[in-house]
Amino acid sequence: MGWQHFLSMVVFSVQSSAIKTQKKRINSALNRASLPKNLSHAMTLSPDTLHPETQHPDSQPTETQRPDIQREQRLNSLLPKLKQLIPAQYIITEVEQLRAYECDAFTTMRQLPLLTVLPDTIEQVQHVMRCCHQLDIPVVARGAGTGLTAGSMPVENGVLLGMSRFDKIYDIDPDNRTALIGPGVRNLAVTEAAAVHNLYFAPDPSSQLACSVGGNVAENAGGVHCLKYGLTVHNILELEMVTASGELITLGSAALDAAGYDLTAILTGSEGLLGIVVRIRVKLLPRAESCRVMLAAFSTIEDAGQAIAAVIGAGIIPAGLEMIDQTGICAIEELMHAGYPVDAAAVIICELDGGEAEVEDELQQVIQIFRELHATDIQIAENAEQSTRIWAARKAAFPALARLAPDNYIMDGTIPRRALAQVWKQINLLAEQYQLQVVNVFHAGDGNMHPSILFDSSNEEEHQRAFELGTRILELCIEVGGTISGEHGIGLEKINQMCLQFNSQELEQFHALKRAFDPKTLLNPGKQIPTLARCAEFNGLHVHNGEMPFPHLERF
Amino acid sequence: MPVDSMTSSITSSATSSAVFSTTSLESPNAVSAGTLSTDSLSAQSLAEQVRQAYEDKQPLRIIGGGSKSALGHAVTGKDLCLNHYQGIINYEPSELVITARAGTPLHIIEATLAEQGQMLGFEPPHYDNQATLGGTIACGLSGPRRPYSGAARDFVLGCRMINGKGELLNFGGQVMKNVAGYDVSRLMCGAQGTLGVLLDISLKVVPRPQLEQTLSLECDEIQARSLLNRLGLKPLPISATCYHNGQLCIRLSGSESAVIAATQLIGGESLTGREQLAEGEKLWQQLREQQLPIFKQPFFWRLSLPPASPSLPAEIIKQQVIEWGGAQHWITSKADPETIWNLARSLGGHATLHLADKSLRQPLEPGLLTLSQQLRDSFDPGRILNPGRLYPEL
Repeated sequence: MGWQHFLSMVVFSVQSSAIKTQKKRINSALNRASLPKNLSHAMTLSPDTLHPETQHPDSQPTETQRPDIQREQRLNSLLPKLKQLIPAQYIITEVEQLRAYECDAFTTMRQLPLLTVLPDTIEQVQHVMRCCHQLDIPVVARGAGTGLTAGSMPVENGVLLGMSRFDKIYDIDPDNRTALIGPGVRNLAVTEAAAVHNLYFAPDPSSQLACSVGGNVAENAGGVHCLKYGLTVHNILELEMVTASGELITLGSAALDAAGYDLTAILTGSEGLLGIVVRIRVKLLPRAESCRVMLAAFSTIEDAGQAIAAVIGAGIIPAGLEMIDQTGICAIEELMHAGYPVDAAAVIICELDGGEAEVEDELQQVIQIFRELHATDIQIAENAEQSTRIWAARKAAFPALARLAPDNYIMDGTIPRRALAQVWKQINLLAEQYQLQVVNVFHAGDGNMHPSILFDSSNEEEHQRAFELGTRILELCIEVGGTISGEHGIGLEKINQMCLQFNSQELEQFHALKRAFDPKTLLNPGKQIPTLARCAEFNGLHVHNGEMPFPHLERF
Repeated sequence: MPVDSMTSSITSSATSSAVFSTTSLESPNAVSAGTLSTDSLSAQSLAEQVRQAYEDKQPLRIIGGGSKSALGHAVTGKDLCLNHYQGIINYEPSELVITARAGTPLHIIEATLAEQGQMLGFEPPHYDNQATLGGTIACGLSGPRRPYSGAARDFVLGCRMINGKGELLNFGGQVMKNVAGYDVSRLMCGAQGTLGVLLDISLKVVPRPQLEQTLSLECDEIQARSLLNRLGLKPLPISATCYHNGQLCIRLSGSESAVIAATQLIGGESLTGREQLAEGEKLWQQLREQQLPIFKQPFFWRLSLPPASPSLPAEIIKQQVIEWGGAQHWITSKADPETIWNLARSLGGHATLHLADKSLRQPLEPGLLTLSQQLRDSFDPGRILNPGRLYPEL
């Protein structure tokens, strides 16, 4: 089981007490504490109220003030239309049943939808979109709900379009090495279905047991093997998409490219803001013949960082290259007893795959590099069982952290590898400054860091400190030429930090691009791309020591 | 470059570059080449030219080295020259990333990478010595290696560009994984400048293989396809294939041990006349640069098809070269364009007709065309950037 999945369990277990859940709902979003009062209030309402620019023609102020009346009106106008094509049992309107759809795996942000509809044909999806388009009702698509950024959290009085019934694998084509699937098919199910041909689907986010490929497309999901085998965008060929107005359009093709603009690329990672993906043709790769996993301990972070650079510099592209810091090692070892060296400053897990002779050659090279950089302990898995043990421990990192603190705020910044050791140190300094514990777990091969800030959300002040620290870490990532999100996406969780990475003209270009697909801004409104007004609010608040961050960046 | 010396040079570079720097782009350890005299002022002045043109409703013809002018329709407009906007901005081999200005000659980039034992994984065609990085990415061109290591768009990590209003915009970055905002930089790939003027481009680069070897097998097209389909299910280091006139050539690239193992495996196939091709390198070069006889015809077609498509009907083909494991066909034909487009469409792909001075792309479905027009307008509301270059309607 992957850690993203564990994460959702962790958060759920933290919230198992009804009182605490209630408190969380009242306190609402993780980043609420740093928002101004009016915004913070709005966070529990609809993104419409947050984003006046994207407000729909029909959302009059009176309606916004009285969401219950709007709900009633929308239900009355929408339900009879939906029922023309969709069986009643697949339209959920009962509040208790709707609770299951009020959040994704980022459970600190919740919102009940107007209704949830669960279509299972393309015609039904088109019908839902046409009805909502006609009535100006926003639509949020949802796959398996394993997202980590509230990307599929409903919007108030909007439709939640659940794609879980699109779970059919239509075709596995071994000659073309592709699979044609519905977006609700689980990531791992594709690999399982292709295994008979010695093929697999490469993207492997840690939640791959549960997450859907439609969600992988929406988030451009990665995983531990993407340095060598690419992200979702590199592993899909064709998308069938229903537009906001209900039109069916095919993007990409069964060939390696398509005529016109590369719309498959722009749709991948668009978090449900541009269209509803209803069918996906994915690429399948042949399984490597041989695979070796090793673990190496280092007594300084610098040595470990250099070891990563040296492996890549030697022309070796490992299938996986992970790094864990001492706090992480200790937490994992306590839970898993995997033989991780608890006195090391950092460990590196390196997986090599390919032909048998090739892997043996590379293994010797990597061992030599690690020794030259003073690795104190090198363990090489001699069989599949030992490999699994090393990986299982790594993937248990987040449940292990749950033993250290009630809450865990996972960051997803990505940095150039050269800055790794320095950023790591800087994060530790910041952690000291904010008096919080941060555990660093990196997909080091591609610079994707997942520092985890440990805190207790029942302490409101600590909760706010954790959020501020998170923002500082993301600023750091941007400063060294990185990005605020490598693979988890923006959703609502990181929407404020988008203001740090993009200026107003860039954000406006994103909005213009969205309007080209969705002129009424009905698809997942208020997510991923912040409005300029929101950024002005955020940047106005987000001042350190009397100085604006990035004074050279344009403000508004 | 031998692997051992690579390791040590990279290690020392990593040691000194670990100095924390808030200026991410120009690190002192970056390998530089080309002219760096072009500073951000010329980016500003290019943006100013576009802004002025937007105001004046003046169409612009974006020009780099001019080597790819026949890959679209002719554009009438004032020239916007990028060929002086040159230079590698940042390159650190251990990052596997290079950032360079759009006007940088492609051969300079490739030579710089080769010095560090690296290369562009998509093996882009040049066509001539004037080819620039910007033109290569704008045209989205990939060579023989494409099915095995990825297309140009797969290696694009980020770009700085000018939209049709003259705004300087940054998208993506210099890191492998980046999901902040829409993936605009990949969208620029193949848009031929109609969505923006590319300025600085960051690309992922890959290590050069230790060894490359070409196998040649005599067989008919059916045998070739069947062999390629079977080989496709095995994790072999195939990096290019080409079938032409009863000869199938397969290039293997990778570590010495992997190439030797694959040679033995493929050599074990029951095909006669197999041999290792001495002139392998020349063949791939000619294929990549379109120097084979088929490309010298007055016009020829490119068909991009699912790799395991059935053979094309013999009656419409005069000459044919099949590469990309069956996914890219170069043909000459007397059939009219509609026939070829319908054929390609029925097989799940598309076709482009290459004439001496322009290229005709397969018409887009109405819904896709409308969406593409709206997308273009969102980047270039005045439709001043290379108007009509990709399609007359765009």
